[in-house]
Amino acid sequence: MATTAEGFQAHTEDAHHDADHKPGFFARWFMSTNHKDIGTLYLIFAIVAGILGGAISGIMRAELAEPGIQVLGYWVDLMGGEANFDANLHMWNVLITAHGLIMVFFMVMPAMIGGFGNWFVPLMIGAPDMAFPRMNNISFWLTVAGFCSLLFSAFVPGTAAGYGAGTGWTVYAPLATYGHDGPAVDFAIFSLHLAGAGSILGATNFITTIFNMRAPGMTLHKMPLFVWSVLVTAFLLLLALPVLAAAITMLLTDRNFGTTFFDPSGGGDPLLYQHLFWFFGHPEVYIMILPGFGMVSQIIATFSRKPVFGYLGMAYAMVAIGVVGFVVWAHHMYTVGLDVNTKMYFTAATMVIAVPTGVKIFSWIATMWGGSLEFKSPMVWALGFIFLFTVGGVTGVYLANGGIDDVVHDTYFVVAHFHYVLSMGAVFSLFAGFYYWFPKMSGRMHSELLAHIHFWIFFIGVNVIFFPQHFLGLNGMPRRYPDFTEAYAYWNHISSAGYAIMAASMLVFFANIAYAFIAGRRAPANYWGEGATTLEWTLSSPPPYHQFETLPVIEEHHDYHDHRPATA
Amino acid sequence: MKFGDWPTRAARFATILWAAILLALAPQAAHAQAATEAPVAAETVDAGAAADVTADAAGETDAADAAGGYEPLGPEWIKGQPTPGALDVQEQYSPIGKTATGLHVGLLWVMGVISLIVLALLIWVIVRYRRGANPSPSKTTHNTTIEVVWTLVPVLILVAIAIPSISLLTKQYESPPEDAVTIKVIGYQWYWGYAYPDNGGFEVISNMMPEDEARAKGFPAQLEVDNRMVVPVDTPLRIQTTAADVIHAFAVPSLWFKIDAVPGRLNERLLTIEEPGIYYGQCSELCGARHGYMPIAIEALPRDQWEAWVRTQPGGTVGGDEPDAAAAAGDAAATLEAGEAADAEAADPAAATN
Repeated sequence: MATTAEGFQAHTEDAHHDADHKPGFFARWFMSTNHKDIGTLYLIFAIVAGILGGAISGIMRAELAEPGIQVLGYWVDLMGGEANFDANLHMWNVLITAHGLIMVFFMVMPAMIGGFGNWFVPLMIGAPDMAFPRMNNISFWLTVAGFCSLLFSAFVPGTAAGYGAGTGWTVYAPLATYGHDGPAVDFAIFSLHLAGAGSILGATNFITTIFNMRAPGMTLHKMPLFVWSVLVTAFLLLLALPVLAAAITMLLTDRNFGTTFFDPSGGGDPLLYQHLFWFFGHPEVYIMILPGFGMVSQIIATFSRKPVFGYLGMAYAMVAIGVVGFVVWAHHMYTVGLDVNTKMYFTAATMVIAVPTGVKIFSWIATMWGGSLEFKSPMVWALGFIFLFTVGGVTGVYLANGGIDDVVHDTYFVVAHFHYVLSMGAVFSLFAGFYYWFPKMSGRMHSELLAHIHFWIFFIGVNVIFFPQHFLGLNGMPRRYPDFTEAYAYWNHISSAGYAIMAASMLVFFANIAYAFIAGRRAPANYWGEGATTLEWTLSSPPPYHQFETLPVIEEHHDYHDHRPATA
Repeated sequence: MKFGDWPTRAARFATILWAAILLALAPQAAHAQAATEAPVAAETVDAGAAADVTADAAGETDAADAAGGYEPLGPEWIKGQPTPGALDVQEQYSPIGKTATGLHVGLLWVMGVISLIVLALLIWVIVRYRRGANPSPSKTTHNTTIEVVWTLVPVLILVAIAIPSISLLTKQYESPPEDAVTIKVIGYQWYWGYAYPDNGGFEVISNMMPEDEARAKGFPAQLEVDNRMVVPVDTPLRIQTTAADVIHAFAVPSLWFKIDAVPGRLNERLLTIEEPGIYYGQCSELCGARHGYMPIAIEALPRDQWEAWVRTQPGGTVGGDEPDAAAAAGDAAATLEAGEAADAEAADPAAATN
């Protein structure tokens, strides 16, 4: 190794004269191999995708504000189609599909893993960069290419009724095979292939980095919980995404090359697709929430000035969630006609997940118990996360019951449930992480006041949107409907009003970012004070372009229960 | 359009003409819209049919009828439908629904109590351990007893939930008895077909009733259909579902019943409806553009009235009796036409919604 290091001496020498030696604009942002720059690119990308996905949900809520079809025709015209009854309805299906795919693959995943994972995993383990910096760059640009393919699909024919893929984010066969004869679904499938390939490469990169590049003295049991969460997530990605890739490749050949994997007329079975999809799809929901768990753990500990309670339990609860998450997939398929034993098994297995999740919720509370709590913006978002995720969690236990699910399956109750765990769980943890680390990444402090205003308006808004959807679902309103009978008008109207509240809070968020860049004061290295103990707080804000040229050493004298590394 | 359709069309036109004349003379001219969609049963041009039409227009549905003693139930019979501003599940009219409601209410309590406990704990730590009240934090990071407790207590709660949940599943999967009435539900883009293989094998094609018409007749818009799935009340029904094109889902919330209709598969489930009435449901699996406009309406009738209805259907038989030749001849064409209408006229987009 010594000789190899000699070989790279020229570059090191170069950097020696200018510690923050950065490449030119194009080379830095388009050919980046720096984990922090790639993390920034992912975050910008996720924000752009989030604006689009959020705007689409605005169109959806506007349509659902009143019974009847009011606004879809405008968007059909705008997209260059010819507004008529079927075209409007197809536009609805395109919108719900795009909202789901964008939020899952191009907002939450890039922000959590690509953005915060890239930025903070190397910093927290004391590594100079990711293990495969060039592959990191490929991961990002594959994701961007995937997004472009998805956007492109909206401008090519889907069905006879109009442009775009109206299959739902699940792309179920046969609606996605002979139900959509135009090429839009092919573009959507290609989009998932690209984004999936990017994620698999990213997962490989994270696993290699975490296993091989931890600072001396940082054992697995001393890693910060955010790193643990990304490690578990990376394994889920690595095991789940190839199954998705297989499923959508079979879909592609069914569509274009005459195979009949999912077509009963050739001996195939539409349910095979659903099994394959959900074998990926259920771990996917944990992929979206586990890094959030990790961020919330860091934040709660920081603002309680207290190490995480039950560190090992917290780490292995995430491992348990990851493992069990692979054997519960058919609870998404309770009504397809499973036999009774299968349904009983999936009911029991699904409920088991509540146990490690409960351990996490209680451990967060116990972390705060006896602590010295300071309610800075990341902390209020984390507290909001704990409560709202609990609400989404208990409705998950309700839905886990196969017999109960018969009345709420594919209704707005399910929509309310998964938005409580994602639109509130994952998104609250994203905002918590954003306010926690934004000054570290940008070097500028945001406004705490605006962040608190953002929190409260957002909190009220999303609850007004999604809580009434529980009532709609229990009363029978099916999902993926652009229109409804008058009896559902009341709660839908309130839900749409909630969207306006939530949208207003997002203006505060963007105002806050603008404020930070224009007038925000410079952030010191550790702006959260003594509670913030992980390695990123030992570096300047923003950290140098190349950090840890001398590796930090984690002291050995710590009790293993106190995982927080002290730096040399 | 098939050539054989013309007598039916002529008959319908004559009926409409009759109705129009009668209504022009009568003060209820405002109901003209309702009258134009007179029931299929009233398609012969005679005094009986005309009487039928006027009775309908006046909103009376229990009038005697010329074609076999069957008259679709009126809006006063609606049992299973959503309620404006409702917070909970629809009232249940099947044994399984009543059993499930018990577990449902229990689970609501469990969900509510757990959420409130977590909220209370959060508020407690926020108030008690805020920096002002507790400036120096403890360093406790470990307590085996409490960790075991908060692992085991949820396990016990889940076991307590799982026991009734598993027994509910067992009950849902009970096989229909041999004498159950079989109804094969077929999902199409975008309407339902209800075939009665034990009763002559006829298939009823069921499209959404245009919204204006439904409102005028007092039915909920987007839920009422032109031809309902008519079943006997208090009788075990063997519901089989399948689909002709993409996946659909046959769902009726007030009966706690939902089963996907998957092409190439035949799903079967037992259903018993306890009270006569109308029960609405909607397709619950994304199936393309008009996914939102293929409602389900089940009409549960006392056995004798259901049998009378069966005999009005083309080739409809009950318990092995001879098909009623006249009814068969009269309505074969009607059903045929309904099948075509599904694509052509009944599902006319503009008429269907706006």
